[in-house]
Amino acid sequence: MGKTFKRPEALSENHTHYCPGCTHGVIHRLIAEVIDELGIRGRMVGIAPVGCAVLAYNYFTFDFQEAAHGRAPAMATGIKRVRPDLMVFTYQGDGDLASIGMGEIIHAANRGEKFTTIFVNNTVYGMTGGQMAPTTMPGQRTTTSPFGRNVEDCGMPIRMAELLSSLATPAYITRQTVIKPKYIVKTKKAIKQAFAYQMERKCFSFVEVVSTCPTNWGMTPVEAVKWTEETLLSYYKLGEYKKPE
Amino acid sequence: MGKKVLMKGNEAIGEAAIRAGCLNYFAYPITPQSEVAEYLSRRMPEVGGVFVQGESEVAVSYMLFGAAGCGERVFTTSSSPGISLMSEGISYVAGAQCPVVFVNIIRGGPGLGGILPSQGDYFQATKGGGHGDYRMLVMAPASVQEAVEMVMMAFPLAEKYRNPIMLLGDGLIGQMMEPVEFPDHLRTEPTNKDAWATNGMDTRKSSKPNIVKSLYLDPKQLNDHNLLLKSKYEQMKREEIRYEPYNTDSDYKVLIVSYGTMSRVCRTAIDNMKAEGFEVGMVRPQTLFPFPEKAVHDAAVKESCKVVISIEMSMGQMVEDVDRCVKGKRPVEWYGKCGGDVPTPEEVMGVVKALI
Repeated sequence: MGKTFKRPEALSENHTHYCPGCTHGVIHRLIAEVIDELGIRGRMVGIAPVGCAVLAYNYFTFDFQEAAHGRAPAMATGIKRVRPDLMVFTYQGDGDLASIGMGEIIHAANRGEKFTTIFVNNTVYGMTGGQMAPTTMPGQRTTTSPFGRNVEDCGMPIRMAELLSSLATPAYITRQTVIKPKYIVKTKKAIKQAFAYQMERKCFSFVEVVSTCPTNWGMTPVEAVKWTEETLLSYYKLGEYKKPE
Repeated sequence: MGKKVLMKGNEAIGEAAIRAGCLNYFAYPITPQSEVAEYLSRRMPEVGGVFVQGESEVAVSYMLFGAAGCGERVFTTSSSPGISLMSEGISYVAGAQCPVVFVNIIRGGPGLGGILPSQGDYFQATKGGGHGDYRMLVMAPASVQEAVEMVMMAFPLAEKYRNPIMLLGDGLIGQMMEPVEFPDHLRTEPTNKDAWATNGMDTRKSSKPNIVKSLYLDPKQLNDHNLLLKSKYEQMKREEIRYEPYNTDSDYKVLIVSYGTMSRVCRTAIDNMKAEGFEVGMVRPQTLFPFPEKAVHDAAVKESCKVVISIEMSMGQMVEDVDRCVKGKRPVEWYGKCGGDVPTPEEVMGVVKALI
């Protein structure tokens, strides 16, 4: 009998530092599987963000650069412009991408830079200790919104997939989640599609992944999945938002 | 040497980078250096190069970081407020040891300041600007020709040290037209960067990933990393100091220390005073970091020299380095002006003569 399940070559053997119930590990694995299947590990460059995934390069087995907070899309732009043959993706959280890095992601998307962004949206700043993010839900308690996000002075959470889809430049933009196996299958498909568009040098591609952060949400992993499904997915609707012609 | 052409400083700087073998330029418009971007927006496509107008100087500094990190030659040009925004990126570039060439055509500050020539970014360039313990090799041209040569020299130096390099000009260098030549011998091939750059494992036929990063959470590792960076700065001090002495063979009573555009005015003043029988010497630093410490010290302690003066288009910045080098052995004075009103030779003569 052959081996039916093994560690992807693109994934290292290091144990991750992620908390129990966090979905970073699942997303890392999906990226690694896709890279293996497309046979592109030798020309891959990942860009690690600032946030929980800052050490992502410890968990993959290809070239990586580490960005400053929010600047990953600018770095990816630099790499793709001077080395269009390399395959480049940024891996960013919601504090990184939707707050401090809003300018970089919008302009990279609008220029139609031919790289891929994996946007992990768990509605909080994870690494710094669960502070409010632009994606934090109304009423959601965080360490900087101890009484719950007040939309009167913080506004409503930003929906990045929708916002980027409003740009006229062609792009592939989708929102997925990995809280259950049925969703994981779809997310993997989306990541593969995003990389495929990049390989064809067709367009900018963006996969938002609605994720869990049980530690900073103050929930068990099971509660976090339930809350994601009941609360987050009704505001952050899954689906394909934009496809190139 | 190529043939002599009349060019505006900013355009000559852009052309010099291409002639040096750098075909990747990322920038954001700002007066008084926008001509570099305008020139390269039409010139880069001609030579098969890359021109990107970024959305901000912040983004540009990271485009440079990414491109340099994957092993390609890159440069940018900007002016003071733009360099402030790039300073975050410069710190990361220095921390991750990437070779990037930055050109700052200084304008008056602080804040929006003005758009006329200034040397007010001396501290920013030589002492930091961004956070953390890093240094840039800083070169200061005094003519368009020297700007061309320094730009061409900057790329192999940036690669030698895997460090950001800054060319510190002022609005006058950028805006002035002068005859220039592009020396063929300053065209260099990029060094092999397989040992560290994220150029793709297939490119370098390796199975070992390269990581370009500046994060060292372990205190000992971070200290070791800083010691490594420091050793590069020490090596710069041993190997890269450049300066030009002027009229230092004479028995000068006053020693001027001045750089860039300001030094040209001082030169005229020195010639005029010499004709009157009043000898004044000058040391013109061509590298501001590393600073020509010994040259300034030795010139200051010459027996005939009674006083040293730092003449700058800033409110007393370089004078702190001059003072440090003279070590109290002679009085150290300062004269300077900001705002773009460059002191005239007559003004300099008046100030210098009043010292004796």
